[in-house]
Amino acid sequence: MTGYRSRLQREGPNTWVIPPEGDMRVPAVVYASEDLVRDMDEKVFEQAANVAMLPGIVQAAYTMPDAHWGYGFPIGGVAAFDAEAGGVVSAGGVGFDISCGVRTLRTGLTRADLEPAKEALADRLYAKVPAGLGSTGRIRLDAKEMDAMLRGGAQWAVERGWGRPEDLERIEERGRMAGARPECVSDKAKKRQRDEMGTLGSGNHYLEVQEVAEIYDPGVATAFGLRQGEIVVSIHCGSRGLGHQIGTDYLRRMVEAARAHGIRLPDRELACAPIRSRVGQEYLGAMRAGINCALANRQIITQLAREAFAAVFPGVELELVYDVSHNTCKEELHRTGAGERRLYVHRKGATRAFGPGHPDLPEAFRAVGQPVLIGGSMGTCSYVLVGTREAERLAFSSACHGAGRAMSRSQASRRWRGREVVDGLAARGILVRSPSMRGVAEEAPGAYKDVSAVVEAAHQAGLARKVARLVPVVCIKG
Amino acid sequence: MSCAPPCWEHFEHGADVGVRGLGRTPAEAFEQAALALTAVVTDPAGVAAREAVAIRCEAPELELLLVDWLNALVYEMATRHMLFGRFAARIEDGRLEATAWGEPMDPVRHAPAVEVKGATYTALAVRRREEDGAWIAQCVVDV
Repeated sequence: MTGYRSRLQREGPNTWVIPPEGDMRVPAVVYASEDLVRDMDEKVFEQAANVAMLPGIVQAAYTMPDAHWGYGFPIGGVAAFDAEAGGVVSAGGVGFDISCGVRTLRTGLTRADLEPAKEALADRLYAKVPAGLGSTGRIRLDAKEMDAMLRGGAQWAVERGWGRPEDLERIEERGRMAGARPECVSDKAKKRQRDEMGTLGSGNHYLEVQEVAEIYDPGVATAFGLRQGEIVVSIHCGSRGLGHQIGTDYLRRMVEAARAHGIRLPDRELACAPIRSRVGQEYLGAMRAGINCALANRQIITQLAREAFAAVFPGVELELVYDVSHNTCKEELHRTGAGERRLYVHRKGATRAFGPGHPDLPEAFRAVGQPVLIGGSMGTCSYVLVGTREAERLAFSSACHGAGRAMSRSQASRRWRGREVVDGLAARGILVRSPSMRGVAEEAPGAYKDVSAVVEAAHQAGLARKVARLVPVVCIKG
Repeated sequence: MSCAPPCWEHFEHGADVGVRGLGRTPAEAFEQAALALTAVVTDPAGVAAREAVAIRCEAPELELLLVDWLNALVYEMATRHMLFGRFAARIEDGRLEATAWGEPMDPVRHAPAVEVKGATYTALAVRRREEDGAWIAQCVVDV
């Protein structure tokens, strides 16, 4: 099962292909620069080749420039399956943190407005937004409200007073994923979520106050409402304990379902079920409920951020630019070599990137394409990109999602101390607030790949185009 | 592999963490893997054994039982807001009966690094090591 790297064939400056062989039904395609490919773990290529062996896969198993070794599917992996052709759905192809994603809000403030009140804002945000392991929100949902939230997503949150109706237009699926089935979500998953609504979580999740440092495409930036020098807020988090437990429950069920349906797996970690099977359908219903949980969660955190800003900058309005998810499986229509097909597109650590004219985009973006929000690691920059028409052909309209780790957590915590990381960033004018210094060390900027190199490769490959670069000013770290 | 059983260690995995327990029996390896799980979050030596939680799992094979065991602990940690520092497990006919001792998580004293989302089937193995017959129980956990 080794040696996939040696089978990589270069097809363009940022495009590499592993031609199908053995049990591979389709090729594996890697979008990355030569430097990024060189630094990728061999396991990325092995996992991509394994995904290419799954039943019903269409065109190719794709990996994005930020790909790294995941469980089953690589992180930064995209794979589409056709239910008509015996296609499968995989909980490992979505990930534990269902619908983890990023949303960015405009503030209308400039760096000069922010600078004198930076400390006060950091403290207020840290006090308002629960961050870190074991932190709990103030919202408690009874069984009926839990199900309403799982069906309603951000729409539910807005109806309950967290946010404004106009926010919904600026969220994928208009804030509510259709087809959610709360009855397919276990009681354990719901119990795990009981006091976690409106919390950031830990790991690489954050809330950042950022400055728009550079604009690459003024026309698209204007359509997105982004101006050079403006302060924005980005929130990166997901579906919390509920999503994690859905992943756990269905990975286990799929290990048995794959066997029961006679699906030959190169590795058990690829556990999956036919889309047209009971487990497959129940997972899709539960996963969509998980998407709604993540959308509701980011909506509630948005409201908390608005309250914190209002306390420091009275009268300031935070307007949503967009909200994207990068761990999902969505049913979408795509033009393929065999005509238009309804496919189940898994994006695990990959962002949807619809190009201009896509009917699912809100009016404001229809002419230019969808905002693709790429979160950096703490202390490094983030990017706003825009979807392209050609990305549909390249990778079912998908792009990268972040920097991707370059170093394991234990290596990072041996190399850095949290306090030094915080002091180093403070010396560069970046304020970090976090409950865990070990967590900060494990998330040190140097533990990640160069997000700029990842974004450049995505841009050059045509997956999405650069619009703006954001630099951090305040980081609330989970 | 460096440590002499019973012991635990972490192994490298790109973005996540591998947990590995070694023991003279499968049950002891499972206990050690549970310590490795706690160590992803905090130093297990700093967790007081003040409360006992009973855990039962059942699976058709040892490897699935390991994933179920670690996921049961992840669930108890998340819903009870507890950390566990001591474990006693018994495995018979695919059934695991265990007690986990721990205390409520104290953000200041335990300084938790990161939350474990769940155990995966990646690098999953429960087997005997050739050189000394010790049992290894390991997998990657998602953080």
